[in-house]
Order: sequence, then structure tokens, then C-alpha cells
Amino acid sequence: MTYHNPRTPPRKSWTFDDQTLAEIRRAAATGIYDIRGAGAKRKLPHFDDLLFLGASMSRYPLEGYRERCDTSVDLGTRFAKKPIHLKIPITIAGMSFGALSGTAKEALGRGASAAGTSTTTGDGGMTNEERDHSQTLVYQYLPSRYGMNPTDLRRADAIEIVVGQGAKPGGGGMLLGQKISDRVAQMRNLPKGIDQRSACRHPDWTGPDDLEIKIMEIREITDWEKPIYIKVGGARPYYDTALAVKAGADVVVLDGMQGGTAATQDVFIENVGQPTLACIRPAVQALQDLGMHRKVQLIVSGGIRSGADVAKAMALGADAVSIGSAAMVALGDNDPQYEEEYNRLGTTAGAYDDWHEGKDPAGITTQDPELAARLDPVAAGRRLANYLKVMTLEAQTIARACGHNDLHNLEPEDLCALTIEAAAMAQVPLAGTEWIPGKTRF
Amino acid sequence: MPTFDLATQDLRDLNKALHTIPAGTNDLDYEILNPRGSHAVAVGCSDPLNISVKGPVGYYCGGMNAEATITVKGSAGPGVAENMMSGMVVIEGDASQYAGATGRGGMLVIRGNAASRCGISMKGIDIVVEGNIGHMSAFMGQSGHLVVLGDAGEALGDSLYEAKLFVRGTVKSLGADCIEKEMRPEHHETLARLLEKAGVTGVETSEFKRYGSARTLYNFNIDNADAY
Repeated sequence: MTYHNPRTPPRKSWTFDDQTLAEIRRAAATGIYDIRGAGAKRKLPHFDDLLFLGASMSRYPLEGYRERCDTSVDLGTRFAKKPIHLKIPITIAGMSFGALSGTAKEALGRGASAAGTSTTTGDGGMTNEERDHSQTLVYQYLPSRYGMNPTDLRRADAIEIVVGQGAKPGGGGMLLGQKISDRVAQMRNLPKGIDQRSACRHPDWTGPDDLEIKIMEIREITDWEKPIYIKVGGARPYYDTALAVKAGADVVVLDGMQGGTAATQDVFIENVGQPTLACIRPAVQALQDLGMHRKVQLIVSGGIRSGADVAKAMALGADAVSIGSAAMVALGDNDPQYEEEYNRLGTTAGAYDDWHEGKDPAGITTQDPELAARLDPVAAGRRLANYLKVMTLEAQTIARACGHNDLHNLEPEDLCALTIEAAAMAQVPLAGTEWIPGKTRF
Repeated sequence: MPTFDLATQDLRDLNKALHTIPAGTNDLDYEILNPRGSHAVAVGCSDPLNISVKGPVGYYCGGMNAEATITVKGSAGPGVAENMMSGMVVIEGDASQYAGATGRGGMLVIRGNAASRCGISMKGIDIVVEGNIGHMSAFMGQSGHLVVLGDAGEALGDSLYEAKLFVRGTVKSLGADCIEKEMRPEHHETLARLLEKAGVTGVETSEFKRYGSARTLYNFNIDNADAY
């Protein structure tokens, strides 16, 4: 018998894993950082790390198919003469015409309207497609002010002042030249084909004291009719929420780092901001400390995928949630039917995130007329409406099981956490214990 | 002539009245007394009104103005005529930061000086400043014209797109991608038209220099990284 000396098997570094090595090689070859769409892809503590306890001896459940569980929500009840009423507490997040095709914006409007909820414009102004097909439309007021005008301000149902977004708190927008078509260029007053960089700060106010005056101006322009939201990225949720309330917001939109973007640097998406799960309780605490919980509504976004996520966010104190990436998937984004085309783009269905390049085989993140025509806005809108309906039914199922006749009656006491991290972030007990890290003794 | 006295009347009532002008009325002249630095005076107008404000105003006077002519007999706080669509806003005193920010049309005239970031992100507005302007003016200016009879502060026209800048005095420094350009005959014509519209007399277009975008930052190039 021949004896071979034992050898240490090849061992790859944990620190320098394949993804890291590939990125170093890519950076060395191109000299530019990686730009992509979507939100954080790294594994983060999330709603999956929470469970509902359900009814038991001390809780009385509601009958699934007989007893009502209300899902509606009113937004903008603090100051606006005309608050908006939504049938479901799941809204469609801001996504721009420019980042998305006109057909995709139309589909979002159709789906949201059929489900009884709102959709939101983005960095680039309001298009007739989305206004005409959106029963309730939120108009974003962004640093770039692309397409901003008083007529659209007045024909919006609510106004969302964007201070930040979860994918890139502290970052501006980016729409690369490939997607600046004639129409996009015209709407944004820019030459066709140039990289369009939206500023990261608003041009005419600095800080919450100025913002308070800015909000007053917008209210004066719209005769105090419209609810005014302030959208912040998940950076310092307690203070951001408190300052938004101080500045006069009717609604705070809080977007965690899983929230998507049309395009920004990968290093930004993966390394700046806090997970959605970690943001909710501090924001709710700020509202409670100010006596404004349920008076200034809180909309949470960033990684909401199912009715369970909706229910968990609401149990932690949100009044509503918002979806962007999930809505795009419902429309048809990253659908395996286009696998061959994704392969030709050097990726695979489920991983495609080069939304800034405008080559989306599903016709959603593109300005190419041929690609955009692939998306049937009626059928895609129906898929979105179906998906919203399913999420709502799922959330109701959970709420009834916890004994609640309104999704807004869900509470942290309905939850436990599977990990210590999630228990600390969501401030609910670790499963099987009464331990809330940072709050109670183990 | 309808008169609003902000010492006794509510700002909200003033703006509401300016937004609900009866169709066909000939009574388009408004007078606003005692503004005393009030914010958001005469914002969101959308009719060809002549509004005279007798005193200094705070933030955002004439914001999102369309068609109205607003004259302020005093100085203006930050963001005067922000996002103006059309019409004319005249400030007889000085203006604070962000004058004419993101303006899309119409003309803003400042008889005195303007502070920093005058014309920031301008998108078609014409701005004429008879005095000096502060730093970072016309930052990311996309289109329109900024005319300065006095001096300009640091980093004029930083990250400029297609806005055209005319300065009669000195420029402390130019921002990234902003360069001096030749004054060709069409630029003299444009400048003369703007000066006339602003009611400025006694200056020659030949006294001005023109500045615009070098267009080297329009598409990202790693070799320009030092400029960002």
C-alpha cells in the first residue's frame, strides 16, 4: 500500500471570499465603482426573525372568514384639509418615470387603484400615465425638483418631501445617460444622453427649521389641502422622526436599507443605513414621546414582501407600509421566463439589478420602447392588484389569529424574536424567554 | 385695488385670495402691507396679477409664481421666487440665499445684492442681479440666464449644465466644469434683451464676460475623479 502524505485541502478565505475577489478584480480592471439598482442584498436581521404568538388562553381569536378585520388607513389627519383614505395599508413607493418605463408606471397605477391604495411619483416629475391611472397619487418633492410645478402639486393627492431613502441615506439620485430619452430629457430640462445626477440636498432649505418654513410654503401654495409626508432613510430614526414631526409632517415615511433604488453605488447600498427592523421601534418611540403616535402616521418600507411582513411592521407600530421592489416583481421584474436574456446580460433571473443600463428584458426598468412594449400594463396591473390582495388577506389572517379586528390593533406583545439581534432591534422578547436585550434582564 | 394688511389679516387668506381670482376680473392689482418678514408671501400665483409688497419679506416670497408680477419694496429672505414658472419678481433691496432656486421660467430681478447659491439648479429662469452674488451661485444650473452687474463669489457655476452666466465684475473663482466662454454676437443680443427687460440702463453688454459649462462632467469618466 502506497502511503500519501496528508495534505491540507485548499481553503478559501472568509474575508476574501469569491464575491470579494471578483469585485477587487472588477475594480482593478475598470477603475470605477459598481453601480446597480435594488436594495441591500446582504443578509440582515429582518421580519423573518420575528414570529407571532397567536391566540391562546389569554387571547381570543377572531373567526377567519366571518369576523371583520379592518385594513383601511387615513393618512394626513394632522393638518391637511383633505386627508387620504386607503382601503389597505400597503402603498406603492416612489419610483420615477425615467427609472421605470411609462408602461410600468401605468401598471403600478392600475394595480394600486384596483386594490384601493396609492402610488407615488419619483425623481422626474408626474406623468399623465400615472396621474390618469392612479386613483390616489403621491407627488414626490425631491432635491432635484425635476418636473416640479404648481399644477402637478395641486393635482396630487398628497406631497412627499424626500429627505432620504433607505438604499442611500445621504445620497442623491443617479440616472445614467443610457436612459435619458427625449421625453425624459425634456421632463428634466437636461440634454439627452448625459448622466443625470440628482442632488443629495434640497437647494432651498437646510435643516429642520428651514424645512418647517418650506412645508408652510407648500401648504400655502396648495391651500392647506394636501397631506405632506416626509420620507427619510433609515439613518437616525428616533431623531429623524422627531424632527419630521417638528417640521410639520402629516406622515413620516421611513425607508430601511433593504429599500431599493434605481441606481447607486453598491458600496453605498450595502454599507450605509440601518435595517428596516432596527428603525421601526425608535421611530415609534419618537412619535409616542411627542404624543403623536397615530396622529402623525408612520409608513415603513424596505424589504416588505408578504402579509406577514405587513403585520409585523404594523405590530411594531407602523400605520402602513410601502413596497417598491416587491411591486416590481409582481409586475414581472426578474421573471424566469426571460432567463436566456438575463444570461446574455451576464446575470440570471432573480439577480438582475443593472437597472441603470435600461436593458431590462421585462420592460420595466427601461426607456427602450421595444422593451417597454413587452409589459402589458393591464395584465401587469392586475398581477399587482392580486398580490396586494394576497398580502392584505395574509395580514388579516395573522391579525385575526392574534385576536384583532383591525390591523392597527396588532402590537409588539403579539411578537417574539428568533434571534437576540432581532429581539434587541424590534424590542420584543427572545422566543421562550421574557428577555428583551437592552430593556430587561435575562 | 384689493389691499391686504398682514398686520391684521391672515397670510392664509391672502394666498387663498390670490389663488381664486374671479374669471374675467379687471381688478388685477394687489397691495400687501406690513409683510414684516412674513414667509411664503404671494406664493403659487397663477394669474397675471400685479402685486406690490410694501416692505421686507421672509422665505420663499413668490414661490412657484406663474404669470404674476410681484414687486417687493424691500429685501427678501431665502428662496425668493423659488421654482418660478413664469411672470416676474422684482426685489428692490437685497435677497438672501437660494434666490430663484430651480426656477423654470420668468424673470427675477434683484436691485441689490444676492447671497450664496443664487440661481441654484436653475431650469430656465432668467435672473438679473444689479449688485454682487455670493458663493456657489448657479450650482448645477440647467438652463436659463444669470446676469450679474457686480462681482461673483467663489465657485461660480459649479457642476453647471446649460445655464448661461454673464458677469460684469470680478469672479472670485469658477466652480468645477465652469469656464469663461467667448461673447459672440448672439450673446450680446441675449444679454441686451435681458437687461432691457429688467429695466437696467447705463451698462454696455461689452462690459460683461460669459461663463458656461465645459461639458466635461456630463458623462462619468474616472479620469475626472479629481473634479468631483
